[in-house]
Amino acid sequence: MAEEITIPGWKKWLEDVGEQVSFFTRFFRNIFTGGFEWSEFVRQCYEIGYRSFMLVGITSFIMGVVLILQLRPTLVAFGAASMLPKTLSVSFVREIGPVIIAIICAGKIASSIGAELGSMKVTEQLDAMEVSGANSVQYLVVTRILATTIMVPILSVLGDVIGLFGGFLASNLRDHISLSLYATKVVAALDFTDFLPAFIKTIFFGFAIGFVGCYKGFHSSKGTESVGIAANSAVVTASLWIFVIDAIAVQITSLLFYK
Amino acid sequence: MEAAQEKTEQKQPAEKSKREAVIDIKHLKKSFGSKDVLTDITLTVSRGENVVILGRSGTGKSVTIQCIVGLLKPDGGTLTVLGEEVAELDDKELKELRMKIGFLFQSGALYDSMTVRENLEFPLTRVLKMDNQAEIDKRVEEVLESVGLADAVDKLPSDLSGGMRKRAGLARTLIIRPEIMLYDEPTTGLDPITSREISELILNMQKKYKTTSIIITHDMECARITSDRVLIMHEGKYIAEGTFDELHKSKDKTVKSYFIDIS
Repeated sequence: MAEEITIPGWKKWLEDVGEQVSFFTRFFRNIFTGGFEWSEFVRQCYEIGYRSFMLVGITSFIMGVVLILQLRPTLVAFGAASMLPKTLSVSFVREIGPVIIAIICAGKIASSIGAELGSMKVTEQLDAMEVSGANSVQYLVVTRILATTIMVPILSVLGDVIGLFGGFLASNLRDHISLSLYATKVVAALDFTDFLPAFIKTIFFGFAIGFVGCYKGFHSSKGTESVGIAANSAVVTASLWIFVIDAIAVQITSLLFYK
Repeated sequence: MEAAQEKTEQKQPAEKSKREAVIDIKHLKKSFGSKDVLTDITLTVSRGENVVILGRSGTGKSVTIQCIVGLLKPDGGTLTVLGEEVAELDDKELKELRMKIGFLFQSGALYDSMTVRENLEFPLTRVLKMDNQAEIDKRVEEVLESVGLADAVDKLPSDLSGGMRKRAGLARTLIIRPEIMLYDEPTTGLDPITSREISELILNMQKKYKTTSIIITHDMECARITSDRVLIMHEGKYIAEGTFDELHKSKDKTVKSYFIDIS
């Protein structure tokens, strides 16, 4: 009886990195090969965008309300209550909105993609697609990753608007401020360097969510429990990537715009 | 039963030797970690032949057919399918070869987010690149009628019974008109009546579409109905080969153990 070979942890990690690079290359190559799956892409945009909108909207609204309620006492103590819309808009649009919305999308979308593809692997649907000669990466992976890359930034912008509106309603709990004055103050506080870097990083967040979800689903093992593991691992890894991308994006933005 | 008798009458061993070999496996080896699954597999399947592989679970039957279709890479030996050495094919060539091979998975492996019609249209539009909807509809109707599922065309896989799912899976593999069919335990999990229907369907489809088949099964009735030749696999290699009746009469203890429930 031969002895069981134990692969060291670092070797497994290197193998995993290699597989991710290979998976990325397959994804990238398949974007440019003919026969883009438009109908599946549109379906995924609907599933990912429309179906996540309610969750993103409610969460953003609550975040806007909570931030105003938390900020108000401090700003009032410094006699700066009129700065509330400006403080909220800059913090929400630059950082809190994109990151919180991306984390929510990681929980909803990355887990759903990981579980769906993991379940297709367990039930041999991925193998069936592969042996039939159909391009499973083009049909399943390219469409999902591109859909998250496009829909997460859109959800993020909508979430920002809803969060700022939540802030307006919360501001009116204690003070009175008209919607037009609030909107003027919010817009005046923001400029190109607040909005654009934040928007660009949400594109990377969306890509990370789609890529990690697809990779974990495609590379799950064949037992039933692997579906749960793929979904869970997709959320954890995507969330981690969101923070890593955010840290890099903030550093680059600081170097470029806030010298 | 009738189909099985008809098949027996058609067996002509003299002709068999003249037929072209569509699958030629020599000394195939495959291991997973320290476990040797295939130790020395040699097998030739002639055009139009139905070969049944019997064996206990974990003896490497499914691994053999997964190597044939390029889902697994062998560790040693040679594997030639339709004149192509599978290990030497690049992605494009492997895809072209796979278009000539149908693979029926144990579960049917229907895409569960699609209806039966969409499942059947998928290989036509994505693999054969057909775009004439009238022609696609005609093919879908024809193959569904062949497997007796014409009424289930707009149902989702979750609405189908186990036997219907196998039929739909068979229809999806047959719709691209493959030269070779690989069946991975086609009757597992089905009741005896449905198992028999599926076995007879496999035989009828082989006659209708003139395919060459390898059938992996534990089901002796399926083996009896569908086989031209039976191979018994034990610990990663073949230990017996012959027609179903020849092996049924074998004195070998291991071979006899497979036929213990057959009167």
